[in-house]
Amino acid sequence: MMRVWIKYIIMFIVVVLLQVLLFNQVQFSGFVNPWFYILFILLLPVSTPGYAVLLLSFLLGMAVDIFSDTPGLHTAAALVPGYFRASVIRMLSARESEQSDYPGLMQTGFRWFVSYAAILILIHHFVLFYLEVFSFAGFFRTFIRSIFSTAFTLFVVVLSQYLVFRD
Amino acid sequence: MWSLLRYFYRHHVLILFILLEVAALFFLFSRNNFQRAVFLNSANHISGNIYARYNSVVNYFRLTSVNKELADENARLRQALYATAGDSIPADSSLIPEILVAGNYDFVAARVINNSVNRQYNYLTLNKGARHGVRPDMGVATVDGVVGVVLNVSDSYSTVISLLNQRWNVPARLSRNSYFGPLSWDGKDYRYALLNDIPFHVELQEGDTIVTSGYSSIFPEGLMLGVIDSFSKEGGDNFYYIRVKLSVDFKALTYVEIIRNKQAGEIETLEKLSGDDAGLD
Repeated sequence: MMRVWIKYIIMFIVVVLLQVLLFNQVQFSGFVNPWFYILFILLLPVSTPGYAVLLLSFLLGMAVDIFSDTPGLHTAAALVPGYFRASVIRMLSARESEQSDYPGLMQTGFRWFVSYAAILILIHHFVLFYLEVFSFAGFFRTFIRSIFSTAFTLFVVVLSQYLVFRD
Repeated sequence: MWSLLRYFYRHHVLILFILLEVAALFFLFSRNNFQRAVFLNSANHISGNIYARYNSVVNYFRLTSVNKELADENARLRQALYATAGDSIPADSSLIPEILVAGNYDFVAARVINNSVNRQYNYLTLNKGARHGVRPDMGVATVDGVVGVVLNVSDSYSTVISLLNQRWNVPARLSRNSYFGPLSWDGKDYRYALLNDIPFHVELQEGDTIVTSGYSSIFPEGLMLGVIDSFSKEGGDNFYYIRVKLSVDFKALTYVEIIRNKQAGEIETLEKLSGDDAGLD
């Protein structure tokens, strides 16, 4: 139990630092912004109680906000996939009887993980980008931004499963 | 009573979600007052420190271009010095606006330790803070032109609202004929901004220089902003749509200067007086 805690604390720090020191500096024409930190919410154990997922999403968003000078933005955005995570897992796992508690790619299989990650990243990015613009004036532009950034974040998240965070 | 408690228990996740979301949205939308009061920004001790350390590593890779920038700046300053050594200051010198020479402003050199250009609201973090005499609402510029304005200050770091931030615009004017209007960013491309409120009868040319108007105490008059890239008359509007190519390359910012107006306090007190007056009637 203690080991799991330490592992997730380290993961939290690593994910936030990677986000602010590496991915925030990646700027493809101001259009594609990878928001990698959501990986932490994705990788929480399946059995984590709902309130804990929410509190951790809140802390995670706040940590990213402090570094990005966007008070509340990432906090508000990270809570939404945190809330829908349980439903998405239930929806995807309907037919599978036996499943690992750790929802990593190696444990759950490529298809399961990619659809799980894609849905939650998409929800997160849409909320994030529309909150950031906070108007539907540039509706189409923001829409495209969300889609492209989702694709990029998904790519990085899947890649991370082959490099680190394997178990 | 019990059924109410059971109801709350059954929906405790949803209730918690709503409570936290409301808290987050409160941070988001009351940012102006809140951010100044609380340490929820990158000028705080921990994140400022991490950015400073990170930056001291990354900066090694940029040394070549920084050296070149400094050499260029040296050359320009020396040229200006020779130009002024003979007789008085050239009247049209955009390099040293007259007001700078008059000694109203002094500068604090600072290093950019965090920067972004890809958000709708971009901010910078600098490695100078209250200890070095930096205060909120001071202007930030490089030799190339305006960068932004100081928002928050901690002991040894400060955050800056970038020109690339839709919440802020710079009072600007055309250097050729002094028509003025706010220069704002549209959130699209970090190399371009828009100059607003220039009426149709003004004659424009591509390549016209845009400088600060000096209508605020933040920036001295005549500081470079950019040049007109293109302009058009949009239907149904009384003003030109002017795209300005910014003179500062925001993606390559390393060293900046914080501009301290020695008379800002005096100007503000004076303006407050007229503000109070307007409130009387």
